[in-house]
Amino acid sequence: MNEGHKTVPSGLKNEGFGTLLVVIALIASFAAGVGCLFLYWTGGGNMRLGGTLALFFGCLGFALVVWSHQLMEYREVVEPREPLPSPQPERESSEQTFVAGAAEIQRRSLLKWMLAGGGALMAAMFISLMRALGRSPEASLSETFWKRGQRLMTIDGKPLTLASLQPGTSVIVFPENSIGAERAQTVLIRVQQQLIDLPRSRANWAPSGYVAYSRVCTHAGCSVGIFEPETNLLLCPCHQSTFDVLRAATPTGGPADRPLPQLPLYADPDGTLRAGGHFSDQPGPGFWGM
Amino acid sequence: MIEGLGRWFDTRLHLAKFARRALNHVFPDHWSFMLGEIALYCFVVLIITGAYMALFFDGSSKQVIYHGSYRALDGVSVSAALQSTIHFSFDIPAGLLIRQMHHWAALIFIGAIVCHLARLFFTATYRRPRELNWMIGLTLLLLALANGYFGYSIVGDLLSGAGLRIGYAILLSVPIIGPGLAFLFFGGVVPTDATLPRLYALHIFVVPALISILLAAHLTIIWRQKHTNYPGPQRTNKSIVGSRVWPSYAAKSTGLFFLVFAAIAALGGLVQIDPIWIYGPYDPAAILPGAQPDWYLGWVEGAMRLFPGVNLHFGRYLVPEVFFPGMLLPLLVFAVLYAYPFVERFLSLDDKPHHVLLLPWQQPFNTAFGCAASMFLLVLFFAGGDDVIAVATGRSVVAIRTILRILVFVAPFVTGVIVYALCLWKQRRHSFTPLPEFSEEPAVMPAGQVQRQELR
Repeated sequence: MNEGHKTVPSGLKNEGFGTLLVVIALIASFAAGVGCLFLYWTGGGNMRLGGTLALFFGCLGFALVVWSHQLMEYREVVEPREPLPSPQPERESSEQTFVAGAAEIQRRSLLKWMLAGGGALMAAMFISLMRALGRSPEASLSETFWKRGQRLMTIDGKPLTLASLQPGTSVIVFPENSIGAERAQTVLIRVQQQLIDLPRSRANWAPSGYVAYSRVCTHAGCSVGIFEPETNLLLCPCHQSTFDVLRAATPTGGPADRPLPQLPLYADPDGTLRAGGHFSDQPGPGFWGM
Repeated sequence: MIEGLGRWFDTRLHLAKFARRALNHVFPDHWSFMLGEIALYCFVVLIITGAYMALFFDGSSKQVIYHGSYRALDGVSVSAALQSTIHFSFDIPAGLLIRQMHHWAALIFIGAIVCHLARLFFTATYRRPRELNWMIGLTLLLLALANGYFGYSIVGDLLSGAGLRIGYAILLSVPIIGPGLAFLFFGGVVPTDATLPRLYALHIFVVPALISILLAAHLTIIWRQKHTNYPGPQRTNKSIVGSRVWPSYAAKSTGLFFLVFAAIAALGGLVQIDPIWIYGPYDPAAILPGAQPDWYLGWVEGAMRLFPGVNLHFGRYLVPEVFFPGMLLPLLVFAVLYAYPFVERFLSLDDKPHHVLLLPWQQPFNTAFGCAASMFLLVLFFAGGDDVIAVATGRSVVAIRTILRILVFVAPFVTGVIVYALCLWKQRRHSFTPLPEFSEEPAVMPAGQVQRQELR
């Protein structure tokens, strides 16, 4: 083998051709750069700006790479590695320096403890600042929105009645005092009354085939946006969980495990739909202590 | 002039010795050593484009009425964040280009880091003395992932709105501390106006600062420890083979920087990304079927889709289903990566320093394990688009999901076995002498290659 380094003989390289390539690339780069600036000042479109900018940098990069490969001597060197651990005496001497200093601190043990106390206080102050970043979660997480007697309103603020929907259709509704409140969003669906199969305790929650469920997915909190009237399923577009509308929104497929909270409904004598109480459970994704 | 400048600084900083050592630093020549460089240069592009955008961005979710040159949204109520982003895209010269370059650079940044990580893994670079830099690199990847998520979440469009809600659900699902954690991070029950300014501060200041600091440490450590060498003649634990930084390597690397910049500019100019004006503002009534996160979170999304609905109840306490795929799985993946050098050392009883790399087939178990794990993540990645696959193949989502649920276990296993067998086959073919780097002599290479060297 050779003695330490290997060079690529310059005869192998085509210097004339290399120089020509570099010159052409640099000229192209310059032209593209001028074009890019011109387009910028004259309000050129995104594609032309991006294209000229890419050409400018691309030709510049190409020129440098060709320059390095064709016009510079490549020399392979073998260099010894210095061992990473410090030599023993050096290590020992710095250890001694540290120990000597530490001993001085050690002697004044009262001061040492007071310093440590100061450090602890500093940490406590820093952590205390975090307090303002988050309120205590409990109250707002367990909100169930709706109150008995609230009317069901569309996003445009129109109240809904027993005559509003045909079987097989749905609409997004909100409590009458908080229209547009995302976590209170509810999907109101009308299905064939004889198909409904709710638990006995909810038997009177669905007047004339109207059922209402929270529209916030119990899996990851997306809006359960799609109602399929043929199968009577609610489908979440995020992770494709499905919920059976006829049977209290029990999950029938996909990753969700908890049913969508149901909203009890009743109708006034004049047909106006009202909430019979709050959601059957807390809406939205699950958490510890739910 | 340069000489004069050099003297001026040297008179004040005593730089000559350092400068000479820097210019003479030896870099091994191998294409795979460029992957980390590409990531570094993407970060530079991110900083430049991001700093410019920050001058125009309003990171607030208060509602305003959009008026601007994008007619389709004129008069629509949007967040101030979305309004300023659309304004930047359409009414600032080159705004759209800069925004698209920023997003593309982020995708390539993380892609380059992942390729860099794979290269280090499959050549066993993480062994002593490089465990420290391995862990710093993993932390950089984590920060990059987080900042990518923050970045596309602060825009306030429909897609990022869904992403925010899913992120909130994942954090909320953590046992015991979940609700506190989610509130600390998002500032209350999502959606709340507290969230966007907070993520914005993290995105443009806290995380980039952390990345810069760790990046400096990462590069300093590489400088200190010097690069590894692929096995070959004269490459031993006591020597490094390569070419000097000055001038050819410096020219080549600067060239690479410009080429990376050019690729990102071409993508930003020619390929549309994250068209928020088409998605429109976040609106609970709107749905966005076929929505996916950016590619680097696809595996988490896929895990969330494949994982069955299993809620664990402990009395009145609950561990919801999203916790396992959304939080536990990513934690496990990173725990395995962080622990790998130490587990490998424990199992192989090999505590010696290594500066010569192993080729993948020289370490069958590690390679098989790495390929199996990659296949696992790849299946999860595809599961993140199961609805898109279902539409494309004309099958039901349920059928696709069933297939993927089987594949996610079978495919990694099969991959691992095949890769292991291939490594053994390759070893037998080359009559490989294990661990050549410990000899004081130059490493012994497979017979064929040594012969070729001599013939030359």
